[in-house]
Amino acid sequence: MENNTYDAIVIGSGISGGWAAKELCDNGMKTLVLERGRNIEHIKDYPTATKDPWEFPHRQQMPLKALEENPIVSKCYAYGEATEHFFVKDKEHPYIQEKPFDWIRGYQVGGKSIIWGRACQRWSDFEFSAPQRYGYAVDWPIRYDDIAPWYSHVEKFAGICGNKDGLEAMPDGDYLPPFEMSCVESDIQKKINARYKDRHMVHARWAHLTKPEPIHLEQGRGQCQARDLCYRGCPFGGYFSSVSSTLPWAKKTGNLTIRPFSVVHSIIYDEEKGKAVGVKVIDANTKQETLFYAKVIFLNAACLNTNLILLNSTSSRFPNGLGNDNGLLGKYIAFHNYRASVFGRVEGYEDKYYYGRNPTNPIIANYRNLHKQDTDYLGGFLTFVFSTRPTPGDVDGVIGADLKNTLTEPGSWVAGMYMQGETIPKESNHVRLSKDKKDAWGIPQLIMSVSYDDNDEKMVADFLEQSAEMLSAVGVKDIQKNDSHRAPGLDIHEMGGCRMGHDPETSLLNKWNQLHLCKNVYVTDGACMTSTGNQSPSILYMAFAARAANHAVQEIKNGNL
Amino acid sequence: MDRREAIGKISLILSGTIIGAEFFLSGCKSDPKKISYLFTAEDIIFLNEVAETIIPETNTPGAKAAQVGKFMTVMVNDCYNPEEQKIFVDGMTTLKEQCKEQYGVNFIDLDARKKTEFLKTIIKEQNKTAKNKDIQPPTHYFKMMKELTLLGYFTSEVGCTMARRYIPIPGKYIGCLPYKKGDKAWAT
Repeated sequence: MENNTYDAIVIGSGISGGWAAKELCDNGMKTLVLERGRNIEHIKDYPTATKDPWEFPHRQQMPLKALEENPIVSKCYAYGEATEHFFVKDKEHPYIQEKPFDWIRGYQVGGKSIIWGRACQRWSDFEFSAPQRYGYAVDWPIRYDDIAPWYSHVEKFAGICGNKDGLEAMPDGDYLPPFEMSCVESDIQKKINARYKDRHMVHARWAHLTKPEPIHLEQGRGQCQARDLCYRGCPFGGYFSSVSSTLPWAKKTGNLTIRPFSVVHSIIYDEEKGKAVGVKVIDANTKQETLFYAKVIFLNAACLNTNLILLNSTSSRFPNGLGNDNGLLGKYIAFHNYRASVFGRVEGYEDKYYYGRNPTNPIIANYRNLHKQDTDYLGGFLTFVFSTRPTPGDVDGVIGADLKNTLTEPGSWVAGMYMQGETIPKESNHVRLSKDKKDAWGIPQLIMSVSYDDNDEKMVADFLEQSAEMLSAVGVKDIQKNDSHRAPGLDIHEMGGCRMGHDPETSLLNKWNQLHLCKNVYVTDGACMTSTGNQSPSILYMAFAARAANHAVQEIKNGNL
Repeated sequence: MDRREAIGKISLILSGTIIGAEFFLSGCKSDPKKISYLFTAEDIIFLNEVAETIIPETNTPGAKAAQVGKFMTVMVNDCYNPEEQKIFVDGMTTLKEQCKEQYGVNFIDLDARKKTEFLKTIIKEQNKTAKNKDIQPPTHYFKMMKELTLLGYFTSEVGCTMARRYIPIPGKYIGCLPYKKGDKAWAT
């Protein structure tokens, strides 16, 4: 007989759900983690992790049939023959694109934390205060000082490498030693930092164990081996994921139950008690319905599925979705703009090379609209910098030994930059439930209505101009500017829909990530984001989850939940 | 975060798009009615000889040792759309017939020097077709064969471990090291 009552339920086992589970279990809470996909065990379930290139029949390209069956996920940079088992296939989980939106998902224990990008910069107060200062979205109910201790808490445990650079726009964290820059990157850094007083290029801040500490060894993780095969799962535990870190840790407390194949239909609201009492689950395989109960519920299904579950959690008290009296649930969806990149050929450095494969990129902290509005658009962008020395792909018209010799030596260096731009949340960018279309589990499909606007176009143009100028200034030649014009979603940084704020009239969550109107439900994934900032957000979700879990434990002790 | 994407895009631009990989850039657009060509053992021997002429044995093994012929058939069967498959398969016939016409023997029976000489005449034709058309011509079969040869060889075990340097587990990353002309490139 399955136990259906726990102290806490966490919906979702990805990067934020894993953290909620760890903190709750560490605090003695009997915790049930619900995951809609299959179980994944660290190392054992990474089938391709140690394969050599020639072991893949199509050398990591996907066969035509798979591409045709999966036009959406096939666009994702990390999807391929070595990783496809960690990505949701288009047909299995349909949704409706009112406007083009490429929704990339990972339905398995660990979620997308197995296949994430791993950049981990902290937000600064420039970002937390920007909506209030420049008049967009609503004011964040917290500031940097509220979250800084929790950043430290999660950074120390997850293991983030980076340098302490003392930048106002990108506060320092508790870092392991950084990855080195290449010779080209070091020179670009010197030249940019000398030429532009407002721009600072620094080492990557990434979730890799460059020098593991006892807390990481205790998790059974070891040093990053610079293989750069992260998206396959790391048998060394060199990068952070829920399956290599938080979930096994939580399991060791004896307080954790993980239940795979558990599709959450809705959260059950009890009108008499005036709070949520549990979760309705549909078995992914048998489609059998089960109810689970707990004092507190953490919703970490990943941004858009979190919105979906709340919208689908209707009751006579909340006919429009749980906590949604103001009708804003599912609205103000935003994301990060990755459309633009620049790169060119680097002259010289023919006598320089590198050893190993760097899984990270140096960063230029945002330099736009910090102290004041200094552009014709809102928001800022982060710039990732890269260099590499690839072998030529071919030499036109040449065959034989000459061709072979040319292709066995490295060619010219190339260097480039790509953007991670803030987008401004607006009411018209929204998701909502379909009234007639359902998925295989009887749950309404999600309708995506999210697009770029003029502000994004202006930011892309500015990024391209500034970045091309910087590359040119440091001596890069034949600079190409690219705007991929790709659809939102491929960034895999969707945020908002259930935003935090001071006021229940204009936001869904309070400063502790509790639903204003249903305090024992916490949302600590991307859905909680009031604005997007320009930093890679996952480490912030981790910090929110840890902070909220400890808040929940305290509130239960105090008899408030 | 799209680090891989940025670097991947560059490799594509520098090296040209691998046919079939165009789907990564443009999404799905082909006719799903796909013919499965059954390449014969003889075809694989023939393709191995073409590949070996493109990437010959030198002080390291060539494309034949890397079984590139077999690899080409797998890629054409699984990753090419029907039009591309037809171009490739017709191209094999054209190559064989033209060789017979020009030299009076089968391509596989030519000596290595003549094989190279013959394929160079094909390259000249390929360049001519590419230049003469106002509209984008369909991909030339020899471009396909060369691309698949390079991809197949440099991702093969001999290509990675002998022609280039392959270290599956580097252990660490060192950003700046001396390089001298002649040092082999990293395979990955």
